Order: sequence, then structure tokens, then C-alpha cells
Amino acid sequence: MAEVAAAAAPPAAEPAKRRWPTGLILPSAVLWPLGVAPLVLLAIVSLAENVPGGSYVPGFEATHYLRLLEPRYAGVLFYSLWLSALVAVIAVTIGFPFTYFVTRQPRRVQVLWLVGLMTVLSLSEVLVAFAWQVLLSRNIGLSKILVVVGLLESPISLQPGFGAVLVALVYLVLPYTFLLFYPSLSRFDRSLTEAAGTMGAGPGQQFLTVVLPVMRIPIFGSLLLVFVYVLGAYVTPSQLGSPEHWTVSVYITDQVFTVYNLPFASAMAMALMVVSVALVLLSAKIGESKR
Amino acid sequence: MNAVLSHLRPWGARAFLALVAVYLALPILVVSAVSFNEKRRLVFPPENPTFLWYGYFLNDTAWMNAFGNSLVIAVSSAFVACALALPIAYAVWATNSRYARLLSLVSGIQFMMPPVIIAIGYLLFWALLGHVGKIENTILAHGVLFSPMPLVTISVGLSAIDRSLLDAAATMGARPSEVFRTVVLPLVLPYIVAGYCFAMVLSLNEFIVAYMVAGFSVETLPVKMLNSLRGGFTPAMAVGSVFFLLTSLVVFGLVGLFGDLPRLLGAESRKD
Repeated sequence: MAEVAAAAAPPAAEPAKRRWPTGLILPSAVLWPLGVAPLVLLAIVSLAENVPGGSYVPGFEATHYLRLLEPRYAGVLFYSLWLSALVAVIAVTIGFPFTYFVTRQPRRVQVLWLVGLMTVLSLSEVLVAFAWQVLLSRNIGLSKILVVVGLLESPISLQPGFGAVLVALVYLVLPYTFLLFYPSLSRFDRSLTEAAGTMGAGPGQQFLTVVLPVMRIPIFGSLLLVFVYVLGAYVTPSQLGSPEHWTVSVYITDQVFTVYNLPFASAMAMALMVVSVALVLLSAKIGESKR
Repeated sequence: MNAVLSHLRPWGARAFLALVAVYLALPILVVSAVSFNEKRRLVFPPENPTFLWYGYFLNDTAWMNAFGNSLVIAVSSAFVACALALPIAYAVWATNSRYARLLSLVSGIQFMMPPVIIAIGYLLFWALLGHVGKIENTILAHGVLFSPMPLVTISVGLSAIDRSLLDAAATMGARPSEVFRTVVLPLVLPYIVAGYCFAMVLSLNEFIVAYMVAGFSVETLPVKMLNSLRGGFTPAMAVGSVFFLLTSLVVFGLVGLFGDLPRLLGAESRKD
């Protein structure tokens, strides 16, 4: 998203002559208290002393951060990072050629794809998790089809399980990868592949030696976006997975609503924030060095 | 175009696209189908297809209440998002001032972080102010969270404006506010509408922030769906899903029909 915004913002024709202070009063009045203050508060509470029952006393304690290093929570964080990386690689592997093929369709067909993809993208994570639960349950859908085809003897439930979590997460992020690849792939200079074709490169070779190298920045950005998105997924792992498939976001929510330990939840959220922001900054840095 | 297509082994490409289409459509189709079940259980394909559960959904106060909440939040938070985005996008475009770019970064940050972080931040924030469980909390939270959507679409719209129009208007004696009102605003209006639509649909479907900010007193449709999901499947939830699906489809269909969706999403302008 950020990259799209950056690409869309034109360089100013001339250095700031007119300032526009009055117009920015409203956004300032809303964005500073509501966009920034809650995050600052999060940092403060993560250092506070926990009062059982969902309260806290401001302080300066590292205990919650030290607890994150315990094998149980470190394991959860490690698993979350691993799952996010796996989903990112799968989604980009599917999403990149998919977007490439869609951009080669006539404009009208593209609009149809875009409407469908934006619809899927906007679907609530709750709805997607519910849909996959239904689809993977014993009495409905996929399992029955597999029996008819002869791959299964009797219908079984395919969820909860790691496979179910993976399939639903890839489903959730695929439209996002499309959104990130679409601008650059649809503006991709076709004479490059045509030239490679004239020199005797087949479609596969053109893809590997021409398209992929040119597109490495959007690919990297897309991997990161998916990675951060999956780190934040809550409904999918908690509904389609068993506790051993829960990600750090599920544990954070659990700390808030079941354990009532706000400072520890805040410390986990801060750890998540540091990882996400670091990755986004890294991608911005790489994007800039390219220009 | 045709030369490139022939290079692509069209059948392979088509088969791949068809596979992805099936993957994307399958869960949606199954959920839509089970909404026509007659019994409380979910069976696929549905036996004795009926609109029974649609009637139940429309007459159930809890579902309708959640629907009303979602609608109020989506419509007003998208307005907040646009009200935040328009001045920022305009200031960045017109003056490229450092402060305006900082504000657009603050807005963009909301979209770069896992929403669960933002959600806890808001939970702590409103608890500290002692203003808990109010619908305006959710509206403001969604307004800020989804402000990057109109920010992006409006920036796309502004970037297409020929700056000589502004100079012309200024030469004719228009003050900056008049230039904005009579030249800029009419030209970017379609992009504001598109940004409004994106923000509205995302708000309608958003779960974790709505859940944490005021989920106990202001139940939105996704929150209500998850709460009933924990109690087991009913066709009423499938009906709720169909409702979501149709809303998104209609909104994006309209944007696709009347706006230049490919350009909004970053392709080059239509060449016809």
C-alpha cells in the first residue's frame, strides 16, 4: 500500500510556495491522538506492572519482555515467523504468474478480474475462515468430492489442522499480492519479452531471465506485505487450527480477553510491531536504493 | 498484444487462471449454497433449497442490530477516512510540504502493521479516557485505520491533473481556495468516491479492531458472526456471508462500471 502511495504522489512542480496550514488542522487533530497516541500508550503499558484482573500500574519493568524469551513464547514467535514466511512464498509463487497472465487479458476481462479480486480481498477474515471450515468439514464439500473421485474411502474432516490454516491464509493474501504486482506488471514494457523472444528465448526462459529480474522489487515488497499480514492474522489460525497452530496474534488476543494480562499482551504487541516496522522500513530502503 | 498472447501458450495460461478462479470462488460458492439449507445443519448440496434462513436473518433482532451497527460504522468511518485523506493528499500534491508528507506517513503506518497491534492500542487508549464501548470509538478507529485507501486513490486522481489548469485559474484571479473548489475538487471527485467505497467495504468486513475497541457493546456483523461461529454452524451465518459478498460485489462492480478500476489500482490510463 505504501509503495502504491509513494508511486502515486508526484514530485512537486515547484518547492513549497503556498503552505496549507488551515487545511491540515483536522487531519492533525485526528491523526496525532488516534493514529499515534495509542501506539505510544502501548509502549508505556508494556513496561507497566500487571495488576491481575485487567489493570496495570505505570512503571518501568522489563519482566514482560523477559517472559517473551521463555521457550513457550519464543517458540510461538518463531512458529509465527516461519508460518508467515511459508505463506508469503506460496502466495507470491502463485500470485506473480497469476497477475502476469491477468494483465495480458483485454481490458474488459481485467475489470472483471479486478472486481472479483477486490471482492475477495475485502471479505472479512471471519467469513473466509467460516467458508473454509464449511468447505473442509466432513459432511460438506471437498471431502465428499475426494470420495467420489476415489482418493478417499470415507469422508473425513480436513480441519482443524495445519493444512487448513495454510490454505485459508494463502486465500486471504492472494488478492493482496495481486494488488502489489498489478501496477508494475501492467506497465511492464512488452518489447523486452518480445526482444528476448526474437533472440530465441521460449516463454519460460523469457519469464525467468527477463520478467523476474525486472520485477524483483515488487516481488520483495509483496513477500513482506504478506509476511506482515499473516503475522497479524487472528481468526484463521484460531478457527482452523488447533492450539499448536496458533500464531502470536492469537496469543495476544488470548492475553487480553482470557488471561487479562494487558502489560504482557502489550509487550507481545510491541515485539510484533518492531518486527513489522523493521521489515517495512527494510523494504522501503531497498525500494529507494533501486531508484 | 496478440503476438505476446501467442507467446504465452494460451492454454497453459488459461488453465492456470481457471485454477486460481476455482480456488478463489469455491469457498464463496459453497457458503452461498449452504445458506439455502432447510434444516439447522449445513448440508451440501442443500436439500429442499429454501429462503427460510433469509427470513430468519431479516427478522432476528440480534443479527439486524449487528447489521445496523456495521452499516452506521462503515458509512461514517469511510466519511472520516476521506475527510482525513483529502486535505493530506492535496497538501502533498500542491505543496509537497514536509509536514503533509509526515501526516500521510502516519496514516500509512496504520496499514503497515498487523491490525491486532492497533486494536490493543485503541483498547488501552479508550480505557484510559474512560470512554469505553461506544460506537464512535469504532467509527474513529476505522476512519483512521482505512484512511490510506482514499489517500491512495485521491493521490492517483490528483497526479492526473494538468497543473497548467491551476496556473490558468490563478492568472484569472482565483484565490487558492477557489482553485481548489472549482478546478481540483470536480476533477478528483470520482477518486474520492472510489476511496470512500474501498474504505466503506473494508470497514464493513473488519473484525479485530471492531472486536477489541467496542465488541462487547457494539456488535458488528463480523463480530456477531465469530461469536455465533463459536457456538456451531447455522445457516443464518451463511446468510450473513452472502450479504457481505453481495455488498462487496455491488460496490466494486459499480466502481468497475463507472470508474477506471485498472487505473485506480495502478495500471496506465485507458487508451481509447
